[in-house]
Amino acid sequence: MIEVRFFSTLREGRGKITQVPAEEASTAGDLLYHFGIPAEEVAILLINGFHSTPADNVKDGDIISLFPPVGGG
Amino acid sequence: MSDAYYEKIARINLTTGEIKAEPLDLELAKKFIGGRGLGTKILYDEGVATVDPLSPDNKLIYITGPMTGSNSPSSGRYMVVTKSPLTGMIACANSGGIWGAKLKFAGWDALIVEGQAPDWCYLNIVDDKIEILDAREYLHVLSEEMDDKLKAKHGADCSVLNIGPAGEKQVLLAAVMNDKDRAAGRSGTGAVMGSKKLKAIVVKATRKQLDVIADVEALKEANKACLKIMTDNPLTGAGLRALGTASLVNVINGIGALPTKNWQESYCPTADQFSGETLAEKYLVKPGACFHCPIACGRIIKHDDKVVGGPEYEPLWAYGSDCGNDDLYTIDEANRLCNEYGLDAIGVPCTIAAAMELYQRGFIKEEDCAGVPLEWGSKEALIEWTKRMGDPKTELDHLMASGSARLCEHYGHPEFSMSVKKQEIPAYDARAIQGIGINYATANCGAAHVRGYMIAPEVLGIPAQLDRTVTDEKAGWAKTFQDLTAAIDSMGTCLFTSFALGAPEYASLLNAATGTNYTPEELLEVGDRIFNIERMFNKAAGMKPEDDRLPKRLLTEPISNGPSKGMVSKLDITLPQYYAARGWVNAFPTDETLKKLGLDECVGK
Repeated sequence: MIEVRFFSTLREGRGKITQVPAEEASTAGDLLYHFGIPAEEVAILLINGFHSTPADNVKDGDIISLFPPVGGG
Repeated sequence: MSDAYYEKIARINLTTGEIKAEPLDLELAKKFIGGRGLGTKILYDEGVATVDPLSPDNKLIYITGPMTGSNSPSSGRYMVVTKSPLTGMIACANSGGIWGAKLKFAGWDALIVEGQAPDWCYLNIVDDKIEILDAREYLHVLSEEMDDKLKAKHGADCSVLNIGPAGEKQVLLAAVMNDKDRAAGRSGTGAVMGSKKLKAIVVKATRKQLDVIADVEALKEANKACLKIMTDNPLTGAGLRALGTASLVNVINGIGALPTKNWQESYCPTADQFSGETLAEKYLVKPGACFHCPIACGRIIKHDDKVVGGPEYEPLWAYGSDCGNDDLYTIDEANRLCNEYGLDAIGVPCTIAAAMELYQRGFIKEEDCAGVPLEWGSKEALIEWTKRMGDPKTELDHLMASGSARLCEHYGHPEFSMSVKKQEIPAYDARAIQGIGINYATANCGAAHVRGYMIAPEVLGIPAQLDRTVTDEKAGWAKTFQDLTAAIDSMGTCLFTSFALGAPEYASLLNAATGTNYTPEELLEVGDRIFNIERMFNKAAGMKPEDDRLPKRLLTEPISNGPSKGMVSKLDITLPQYYAARGWVNAFPTDETLKKLGLDECVGK
């Protein structure tokens, strides 16, 4: 399974966290498509805590974190 | 006058009671912009670097920038510039709200407070009239109540800046508060105010807008262009309004850079419980905005039966994972107490975290704790020790109120103080984010995140996404961020505008307001000059090259858990690169660098 974590406004209608069978996605972009999230709405995409892009591969056991634009100081 | 300055500074000697209006040296103002830059230059020239920070010889400058009070976006900032009793170096604490704009509307670019009053007093400013009034009846009054009392006396249209009990007691972590929940929070400026027996400054102005702009039409155009950029930007246009700076809790935890239990760990599995998302869901009433700010990053929250200013990212982290706590209500309460006692809401919880590690390791004993053991995550400890640090009585209260560096030194274990230049490090683990460590190590005010916010490029991808784990090119980026920040601060504009704006936009605003003709490159050079005059102040104050450092833990103890497990800071690589980029040798500018920056008065010093 791949764990997908949603944050901030991306939680609306999706909850905080969900699991997706690994065979349903080969890239992070596949997961965005799966959840109906336009890529431009994701400012920070982490795979296992490291900045990544929709083109990057995902695999069983990965944790994907999706953030809209956030920031501060 | 038509250059965004009122060209007038008030010099107030509290020892003699003399109040003088002095002309602003306009050439000097434009060379250092105002605010942070000009304030530091004045202190340097007046020999403040060598004085005892808590003696009558120290000077306390409340200073605006040329943009303060203007119609430019997010332009309500003022700064408190003085010699810090916490670090022994330059302090420049920056705050929003409306107090700074009102000081400017009253016709003052700055107040320079000198000496020490014979007894507790406060300043009442109504336009060009300044009087020193008796404050003895307000002694020990908490900050918010003080604000209410002075408004009741002087009118609801005044704005109040004050110190709480912490400043009165000269606690080294004391803040200057204004407009109830805004704080010039860091470096112990509240203690300097307390040492002068100055409890508050009330300001009221007939003027409601800045009417000394050099080119009104050009500024209108520049404002419009900048506002559009900010509104179109997803972060300054919507993101910060939605969750505030608190949105960072989950991001920084997500990359494994959220210091936990005094930086013994860097990932907190329960961080979502004190995140911006949870704060919004459970307590948020509405976003809060400072003077003329479209961003509205502030959090107005419901707390028990009151509506109060809520915690920013820093206290959420510091009272949260750094103290082993995930209870949001407790953080809200502790943050409120910091505002009421007038305390630095970063330095205080970070010092509690250091004390908790000393307790964990058996150096602080249960019997020293006067009934409230310093156990990780203890809600009672977080609340009670915040109160004790705000109004210290016992030996341990006083030690903790002096900050983590002095506390840990006392117990013979300075390595547990996560500080630089005796100021506590903010909420981003420099082992996991290489560039921010350069800024922590070299910021002239001691550890700070807002003197060169490398989190923007290294984590948030602004203006470009850098690899947080590598050192490549970080020194140059850190210098540029520090220089631009120095210019923005000195203008009186909020740093958060820089999530959307860049040097060309700031130059357009400043040039329109003041009549200067700075190119973006020249504006960065002014920032460079400001950073260097701060460094020369520190040199005169006795700073040593070894003060540009990071705690041993960040250099030698790899991160123990989470996504960034195994990482350490590579400051040994980046610091020499940074000095080369600055034109510094052994932490200080060469004479050649000083001359290049127009700081000839510092040559040979």
